[in-house]
Amino acid sequence: MPKPILTIKNLTKIYGQNVIFQNLNLTVNEGDTVVIIGPSGTGKSTLLRCINLLTRPNEGQIWLDDLEITAKGTDEDQVRQHIGMVFQNFLLFNHLTALGNVKLGLTKVKKMSEEEATKKAMHELSRVGLADRANHYPGQLSGGQQQRVGIARALAMDPRVMLFDEPTSALDPELIGEVLEVMRKLALDGMTMVVVTHEMGFAREVADRIVFMEKGHIVEEGSPDEMFNHPKFDRTREFLWKITELYGKKEKEAE
Amino acid sequence: MLTWLGYFGRFGQNFLRGAGVTLELTAVGLAIGFVLGLLLALARSYGSKWLQRAAGAYIAVFRGTPLLVQLFIIYYGLPELGIAFSQTVAAYLALGLNSAAYQAEYLRGSINAIGAAQMEAGRSIGLSKWQTIGYVILPQALRLALPSWSNEPISLLKTTAIVFLIAVQDLMAEGRRAATTTFDFVGIYLAVAVVYLVMVFALDALLKFLERKTAIPGMDIETRR
Ligand SMILES: Nc1ncnc2c1ncn2[C@@H]1O[C@H](COP(=O)(O)OP(=O)(O)O)[C@@H](O)[C@H]1O
Ligand SMILES: [Mg+2]
Repeated sequence: MPKPILTIKNLTKIYGQNVIFQNLNLTVNEGDTVVIIGPSGTGKSTLLRCINLLTRPNEGQIWLDDLEITAKGTDEDQVRQHIGMVFQNFLLFNHLTALGNVKLGLTKVKKMSEEEATKKAMHELSRVGLADRANHYPGQLSGGQQQRVGIARALAMDPRVMLFDEPTSALDPELIGEVLEVMRKLALDGMTMVVVTHEMGFAREVADRIVFMEKGHIVEEGSPDEMFNHPKFDRTREFLWKITELYGKKEKEAE
Repeated sequence: MLTWLGYFGRFGQNFLRGAGVTLELTAVGLAIGFVLGLLLALARSYGSKWLQRAAGAYIAVFRGTPLLVQLFIIYYGLPELGIAFSQTVAAYLALGLNSAAYQAEYLRGSINAIGAAQMEAGRSIGLSKWQTIGYVILPQALRLALPSWSNEPISLLKTTAIVFLIAVQDLMAEGRRAATTTFDFVGIYLAVAVVYLVMVFALDALLKFLERKTAIPGMDIETRR
């Protein structure tokens, strides 16, 4: 029996008059990699931000394991440590080294000792292949390296689930591969991940489930085989065709 | 020329004592201004609606009125309400309260430039809002503000000269005394100007050093975009 880690029920988010999504439902099971695809402006980032409580949904509920995190009186800071977030623009702390970036949450949120935190942070940096860059500042790292530090920073908190918001969209083609490689390894290690991406190669190989979102609705979801080979809706087929065409070339360059 | 150089011998002690007072005024005014300015900037960026407005009003009032008027209100006006200060304390307060308004603006600009994205990044790993401000936003915002903020100590040092009007014995007051002794106003005030200039150069060098000392490799490019 698969165990749900994230359960989203009837989620609605409205900005002013603008309904971003309404009554959205999604479940993410332990160890699964769920890839969310869809045109831009569809509400994918907003959905991730709701899951992470960076913004509050207007209606609906989200459970992390058995805890309803959208409930009144939830300790948001407590919840966020258990949900890792990787941003499109990396958003590293620019005044801290790679090691400092990964350590900050360990010392200030988890209250680890300096020594413990350094050890753990170095371990996370090795996981993303950057142990030798520990003392570099973000400004001294390539985009791909910065994003890998971003992943290590989130991983260090030992999250239950990792959210990726177009983690490779801001990268030059030749740097995409190294980041996807780290994510692929994570998925193999059994990390539960929700990934918004246009990288169809990654979706095809790594995703347990692909969710196609459009205009705030989940049009269709299924296994990569179902989605790529036998989509139920023409919209899905069209979108996949377009996106593969558009990004396929970029991906080849990356390899 | 020789007579002029002689002033530095004849009034050297007085000038030095005055310069010491001027530097003290600058340091204390700057410190009060920094602490209060930082609080004002934080109130404007992160405070409740009410706090934001109060901080905004403070800044508008202190930037919008002459420092001399503020100084006179503090030194001559407040005693009427039963709050009296010594000349020195009144000068510290006027300079500090005034400088706070300017420093708040420098800091607020860079806090805004560091932006909401860094706040989200901090929150995303479980830091609280104020932890993120302390560990993520301010360390970057203060560095970013440093080059433009550096105008403030320099400007403040020169501005302190007005406090001789409430008889604080700063460099300007010493100069005035020397001038009335010698009646060589041009020569004495030129000598005083030279002493100010030396202090400004020294302070400028100190600030440049501070900028180099706190620089983060590669951060320049990152934040100036
Ligand atoms: N903070 C906000 N305030 C108002 N509108 C927003 C905000 N954030 C996103 N939106 C709007 O929500 C819609 C969905 O945005 P987003 O979730 O970023 O889409 P996606 O990630 O799929 O490209 C867009 O129309 C965007 O303009
Ligand atoms: Mg987005």
